[in-house]
Amino acid sequence: MAVNYNAKEEADGHPSGVGVPGGAGKSRKPDNTAFKQQRLPAWQPILTAGTVLPAFFIIGLIFIPIGIGIFVTSNNIREYEIDYTGTDSSSPCNKCLNVSWNSTPPCTCTINFTLDQPFETNVFMYYGLSNFYQNHRRYVKSRDDSQLNGDNNSLLHPSKECEPYSMSENKPIAPCGAIANSMFNDTLELFRIDNETRTPITLNKKGIAWWTDKNVKFRNPSGNTNNLTALFQGTTKPVNWPKPVYMLDSETDNNGFINEDFIVWMRTAALPTFRKLYRLIERKNNLQPTLQAGKYSLDITYNYPVHSFDGRKRMILSTISWMGGKNPFLGIAYITVGSICFFLGVVLLVIHHKYGNRNTSADIPN
Amino acid sequence: MAQDAEGGEDAPQVLKEEEKERKNRRRSKRKKESKTRTVRSNLLLPGPEAEKPQRSPLANNRLKTTKYTALSFLPKNLFEQFHRLANVYFVFIALLNFVPAVNAFQPVLALAPVLFILAVTAIKDLWEDYSRYRSDNEINHMECLVYCRNEKKYMNRYWKEVEVGDFIQLRCNEIIPADILLLSSSDPDGLCHIETANLDGETNLKQRQVVRRFLELDSEFDPLKFTSVIECEKPNNDLSRFRGYIVHKSGKRDGLYKENLLLRGCTVRNTEEVTGIVIYAGHETKALLNNSGPRYKRSKLERQMNIDVLWCVLILIVMCLFSAIGHGLWVWQYGEKKPAFSVPGLDGNYLSPVLAAVYLFLTMIIVFQVLIPISLYVSIEVVKACQVFFIHQDKDLYDEETDSQLQCRALNITEDLGQMQYIFSDKTGTLTENKMVFRRCTVSGIEYSHDANARRLAMYQEADSEEEETAAKGGTLSQRNSVSSHQSIKVVHRSLSMKSHRRTGSRAEAKRASILSKHTAFSSPMEKDITPDPNLLEKVNECARNLEVMRSHEQPLSQLTPELSDIFDFFIALTICNTVVVTSPDQPRQKVRVRFELKSPVKTIEDFIRRFTPSRLTSGSNSSSSSSLTTSKSMPRVGSSILSSTSTESTLLKLEEKLAHSPQMNNNGYSSQQDRRAIGSRPEEGELRYEAESPDEAALVYAARAYNCALVGRLSDQVSVELPHLGRLTFELLHTLGFDSIRKRMSVVVRHPLTDEINVYTKGADSVIMDLLLPCSSDDPRGNHQKKIQSKTQNYLNLYAVDGLRTLCIAKRVLSKEEYASWLKSHLEAESSIENREELLFQSALRIETNLHLLGATGIEDRLQDGVPETIANLRKAGLQIWILTGDKQETAINIAYACKLLDHDEEIITLNAESLETSAALLDHCLQYIESKFSNNTIDKTAGNTTVGFCPLSPPSSSVHSSLGLVIDGKTLAYALDKTLEDKFLSLARRCRSVLCCRSTPLQKSMVVKLVRDKLKAMTLAIGDGANDVSMIQVADVGVGISGPEGMQAVMASDFAVPRFRHLEKLLLVHGHWCYSRLANMVLYFFYKNAMFVALLFWYQFYCGFSGSSMIDQWYLIFFNVLFSSLPQLVTGVLDKDIPAEVLIGVPHLYKSGQKMEEYQPHMFWMNMIDALYQSLVCFYIPFFTYYDSEVDLFSWGTPITTIALFTIILHLAIETKTWTLFHWSSCIFSILLFFIVALVYNASCPICYPPSNPYWTMEKLMGEPVFYLICIISPVVALLPRFLYRTLQGTVFPTQLQLGRQLNRLPPETRNQIPNRLNIKKETIPQKPPCAEHCPQNPKSNDSDCFKACNQTPSSQSSQYGNDPAFPSNTKAEHTTGLSVTASPPGSLLCGGEKHSSEANSQERSLGFHEITHNTSEMESMSVEETFPWNTTVDQSSFSLLNWITSTPLFSRFGRVLQLSPHRLQNEVQDNMCVLGSISSLHQDFKGLTGKNSNDFQEQLKGTPTNFCKSETLETTFL
Repeated sequence: MAVNYNAKEEADGHPSGVGVPGGAGKSRKPDNTAFKQQRLPAWQPILTAGTVLPAFFIIGLIFIPIGIGIFVTSNNIREYEIDYTGTDSSSPCNKCLNVSWNSTPPCTCTINFTLDQPFETNVFMYYGLSNFYQNHRRYVKSRDDSQLNGDNNSLLHPSKECEPYSMSENKPIAPCGAIANSMFNDTLELFRIDNETRTPITLNKKGIAWWTDKNVKFRNPSGNTNNLTALFQGTTKPVNWPKPVYMLDSETDNNGFINEDFIVWMRTAALPTFRKLYRLIERKNNLQPTLQAGKYSLDITYNYPVHSFDGRKRMILSTISWMGGKNPFLGIAYITVGSICFFLGVVLLVIHHKYGNRNTSADIPN
Repeated sequence: MAQDAEGGEDAPQVLKEEEKERKNRRRSKRKKESKTRTVRSNLLLPGPEAEKPQRSPLANNRLKTTKYTALSFLPKNLFEQFHRLANVYFVFIALLNFVPAVNAFQPVLALAPVLFILAVTAIKDLWEDYSRYRSDNEINHMECLVYCRNEKKYMNRYWKEVEVGDFIQLRCNEIIPADILLLSSSDPDGLCHIETANLDGETNLKQRQVVRRFLELDSEFDPLKFTSVIECEKPNNDLSRFRGYIVHKSGKRDGLYKENLLLRGCTVRNTEEVTGIVIYAGHETKALLNNSGPRYKRSKLERQMNIDVLWCVLILIVMCLFSAIGHGLWVWQYGEKKPAFSVPGLDGNYLSPVLAAVYLFLTMIIVFQVLIPISLYVSIEVVKACQVFFIHQDKDLYDEETDSQLQCRALNITEDLGQMQYIFSDKTGTLTENKMVFRRCTVSGIEYSHDANARRLAMYQEADSEEEETAAKGGTLSQRNSVSSHQSIKVVHRSLSMKSHRRTGSRAEAKRASILSKHTAFSSPMEKDITPDPNLLEKVNECARNLEVMRSHEQPLSQLTPELSDIFDFFIALTICNTVVVTSPDQPRQKVRVRFELKSPVKTIEDFIRRFTPSRLTSGSNSSSSSSLTTSKSMPRVGSSILSSTSTESTLLKLEEKLAHSPQMNNNGYSSQQDRRAIGSRPEEGELRYEAESPDEAALVYAARAYNCALVGRLSDQVSVELPHLGRLTFELLHTLGFDSIRKRMSVVVRHPLTDEINVYTKGADSVIMDLLLPCSSDDPRGNHQKKIQSKTQNYLNLYAVDGLRTLCIAKRVLSKEEYASWLKSHLEAESSIENREELLFQSALRIETNLHLLGATGIEDRLQDGVPETIANLRKAGLQIWILTGDKQETAINIAYACKLLDHDEEIITLNAESLETSAALLDHCLQYIESKFSNNTIDKTAGNTTVGFCPLSPPSSSVHSSLGLVIDGKTLAYALDKTLEDKFLSLARRCRSVLCCRSTPLQKSMVVKLVRDKLKAMTLAIGDGANDVSMIQVADVGVGISGPEGMQAVMASDFAVPRFRHLEKLLLVHGHWCYSRLANMVLYFFYKNAMFVALLFWYQFYCGFSGSSMIDQWYLIFFNVLFSSLPQLVTGVLDKDIPAEVLIGVPHLYKSGQKMEEYQPHMFWMNMIDALYQSLVCFYIPFFTYYDSEVDLFSWGTPITTIALFTIILHLAIETKTWTLFHWSSCIFSILLFFIVALVYNASCPICYPPSNPYWTMEKLMGEPVFYLICIISPVVALLPRFLYRTLQGTVFPTQLQLGRQLNRLPPETRNQIPNRLNIKKETIPQKPPCAEHCPQNPKSNDSDCFKACNQTPSSQSSQYGNDPAFPSNTKAEHTTGLSVTASPPGSLLCGGEKHSSEANSQERSLGFHEITHNTSEMESMSVEETFPWNTTVDQSSFSLLNWITSTPLFSRFGRVLQLSPHRLQNEVQDNMCVLGSISSLHQDFKGLTGKNSNDFQEQLKGTPTNFCKSETLETTFL
């Protein structure tokens, strides 16, 4: 009669479908491991005046010297800046204030200036624009990187992002987009006036763009020929440009999309007031400074209209240091923060003496 | 036959009506639904009228809990995910990105995070669904025997193939595959035992019965011949109810009850083979209908968080609007100038400023979308899952005895545990072990104190540690040595044969055995081995001897002295008045197939008449003679078939036979065998195991066994009892009127084998039994004696209650045949009705349970669980208010409350007992006023008028002790107090009390109380309970905790967390609750901060890009910043951060208050974080801004440092907020930063043209070659975090929070650590609900104690006496005060016998009590003489020198506490009394009488006058003194 007694014994262990968990034969006792019992070795810092005091002093002691160093470095940078927008009626460029993109003949003006101190090292010549929103969202987008990279398909079929600067007269624009279209096209020339003689200063127009941009990101369209004109066949120039892209420069390796002025312009500025590297003035020899103190004149071919939107145009001459251009801010910031930290350290020291003792005495009565 | 139906696939046939109705229902749901289900055999030939329905409309047995199929997964899952608003929002934004006019990012890229999060969720769902599928599959492919018509036998089929109407045969230990109507059982009595542990966790076996008429079948059940139609209820989830009837071919109907139904998921036990027809299958089974998956609760923190999310939305909209307007103005400012940098629309036209603004608004929403924390919800889910994992893994929450650990059933409210304010606890089984131990009893007015038993129990208590347990067993009386050894053997056996291995622990084998025994049958040795009281044992023996003598001399039993006969009946009642099942599962499975026709209780009147014809019932053959067993197992069916013939002759014959064979009648094979052995030799008690539905039943049976009155067998129709000298008696069990919580009693109707009388034995709560006693006339001496016994018993009952024992009264009633016959008639009607059967049965039970004769009472101890007082003390220190809601009687509850330190001896206790709404209202007002006045006293003038009507105790306070109020309220009053009109008052009273005790409360009331507190006080409530009666409370509370104890799984099923023991609550709340809360709160705040800080960077930039929606942060960084770079550290911190170590949290429970007060996440903290985020973003924006101002920097060469800085700042911010740094924290932070750089470098080097428009080729590489980048990266986070760092530092030094102190505590060496809590205590010892009583009793300068007991007891008019309590612990009470008794005379004119007797006997019989009273009164007088005016002096005087009926002092309150008794009409009396202080006693009498007549209107009017009356009373009293 004792049939089937254990027949279904095994089935007992299975989940029965009514939600009673477990039923396993082994103990359900949790493992006594540090992780599962949340007893991992740990560092438990407690922020009190006593414990953080050293940190403040250390920060102070590190920051102040750094700040001084940066500040000194920044102050050693020579910088000269000319606003040649011409809003001021006395300015020589006032006449050009209302130029349009392609005015012919181009309006030119000359501004004389004097450098009081010599620029000893290599001098970087910038043009600066103010109130120019190169960071506008739709402006930033308005380019076709494939086209600029030399993709032949994109050359003839610019991306939609370039709209409405992708086609002109039923031809694809090369380079397309608003950024390219609004390229800075003033020409700046620098002359040293030495006894009434204007000696042109050699302005190097190569080496002003990022190496990766020049060599990787920007490429001219590929083809059998080296003739850029042929390569850009079938495209048209941007609306505001006077010349097509293959006529930006006479040198082949600085022409077309790999023209460095163009590349620099295409790297959109972060803020509405910005400067862009225009030319390099290299130190010729070690005997004399790159730019001696004295009189100079700046010849401007004034093409770029900024007055309509209250923009400003500047020419900047600057040397640079290991930390870039002249900017005292970072140095001052470091010095200030270091000082504050030091001061706070002192305050905390006082607090620690006042309260920290109380704490310990209260915490450990008797 | 053969051409029919392919077995299981045969669709059940449904009556046409039902089909029609279903159609109707489909047409209009309004139409009346069919209330019944009709089931027919699937084996029937399809009748011409019932052509097969195309599809089976009834669910088949296939289990399908999966949500998806392979095809439907994607759409369905997406659909479900989109129910989340957040997901919709993000998809909306992602889609918005596809609109060219407004798009901010590369459209595809913008989809990435949304898809990522959807995918994560989908994978999680898929995995869950798959595991469900697998378990479903496993279950679906279990096999069972289904009758196959082609083969004409039972065939193995998968569960999923079973359909309604199939016949299923089950063997022993098989799991029941569907809800089956029991049609046949191999058991000769048509019984079947099932274990329902899978359903409700109860391990005791339950009996099920074959449907009545099938029981009477003479041949083996043949499914093919089953032609009846079953009508039953529609599937429902009520496990305890099943109703229906079966219509036989003959047209006869039989009722079907839950006893006939085998539920899916249960296991067949002790029964070899059963057969039944499937009634409900698959998802329509009760088990599955009950299985309603995990519930979704939203935690408080999440609710708060959602508000802040809405704030974020608002901020977002404001920012977008601001930007849009700014952009509009910016565009407008240029007008027609067409600057070079403004790009016209596609058509070449420039946008108008307004249109540009509108577009920009949408763009900004995309750009700023990060502000709404997209990953917050996912992160929170991850964190909570990990938290749950850790809570599960905590070994401190593991209970070795039961091998159970904490279960989190609700996954998303872990942090609520850290914010609890109120705990509502059940008492029995929650605070106590629910291990019932027989302690004392009183029979016939004489108490048997069972001192030896008490000593024994004390030894158990000491021997709680594991090693000592064996020693303790050995140390007790020798009788038990054998028992315990038996026990362990047997239990091991059971663990093999039954599915009990899950209980096995990791201890030694012997230990395991004893554990097992405890949990398989409610019977640890402690509960089983009662040491009998020598006196009582002697009397029992004497009684038995007498009986034996009498029987041998053929004397009527009535010659027994009343006391002995009471004792005899008392033990008989203990033994048989229950539902205890006797088993001994270690026996080999051999079934003695003796089949007796005589079935369960009398079924019909004819039956009754037949069987109870007096002439036939004189047989006195009671003693067992085992040798008379003639029916052998080889001929069961024959025997039964003979017996089933229904002539009168045979009936009588059967009767005879039955009586002769009664010893063999047992419920199953095991015990049959066992019995035989027992008869052959001396019955070995240890062999029997009692399985009771409630543990106190078992306790009583074990107690009776200790007196050699052992229950040896129970069948549905008879009970066998083994008695000393008398041998075996078999009582014919006519009816069992089961226990219910309304009647609070159970009864059995039996035919007494010795006297042939029909006896009703009733066992129940004393309050109900005492009211049901036969009123005894004081004329005849017997009645007088009886009355005395009653009052004495009542006294003892009170003493028991004072000791915290559960009391039960045992009573008996002898029915005459006529009485029985008339009752039986109505009872049968009730039984056979289908509609309101329960109600009718209830009424029927009420009819028979009257005019009882009191036999005695028992006191059962329910021991407190380990660590309960400590846990409660600690929880209370943590600022939790603990309420006990119990169904127990007031005295028991109060004493348990004292024992577990819920009530304190220096606490004043307000007791609310009222009979009507009005009195409740008055009482509440009164108490409120009293408290108010205490407050006002406290604040204004301590010595000014003590207007409280004498609630203040005589004992003076000492100012150092903070005593407080406790509130005790009984169920009736609670019902009134929960009335809409009174609930506010009740609450305002209750919230001022330190502890609240609700006695005699029903499950519904429990839930109402919880709901009231939850809703009205807006408090976080936790309900903890272990039984079915706590389920509603558990469900209502914010957090429901179930105790997985012996009471079954219902509470656990309903709960959010299930703990093995009450003490685990401490760690769960104080440690895990705190951690979870603190972790999650910090994480949520951090999330908000992080997103705000990041988005604000973009916002500042808008001022420099013409509000064009441009972003300097590369879109990749922008989109993955949250998901990739900054998410891991915060997750690690959210899971692992420990602000304070566990030991400190337990040691200093005050720290829990930080969670209650939401200190870690207060609404203002959101804004503080927002402001900090603003500041930090300003720093992170403007330092690079000024550094690169007017430089040649391009957009992304500038934005990348900002991103880097922001990442550093955000991670360092988290570092400041992280309290514990483990390896995980370090590695996650370092990993995040490294990940960012690696991703940035790879991304920036990967492709020169791929990522328009940002095109960040070589940016990072170039930046990392420039020193300025590093300089910025160093200074910016320092500046950004300086304020927060400084604040945290100062906070830690100058004004540390409790938590910070707690953290510092951990640093200290352990010996000094202990002293710190003092400091914490002193700092914040302001609990508003704790008005120090000390200051409220200003006139009492005397004592050094500060006992303020207050009790305004309102005596129900029906009850004659009022008992106080002894709240004192034995240790700290003076001898005179150990016990006490408050004697309250009943209102004039309403004297009942008990009360009167009581008061008169208090002095005569209980000298000690009387003495107490005297000493008490004298001490009162002393104190009074010292004191000045004290309102209650008057009452004291009155009570002491006249028996003026309304107020007495209660010496019971350990010191000089007092009970103010307010009967329904007495409230005014007291007012009036104070007005006309001591006018004259007689006039007071008049007042009472007058007042009793007043109606409620009057009453309330008078109430309004109370305050002034109080004042008057005060002045008058002064004059009086």
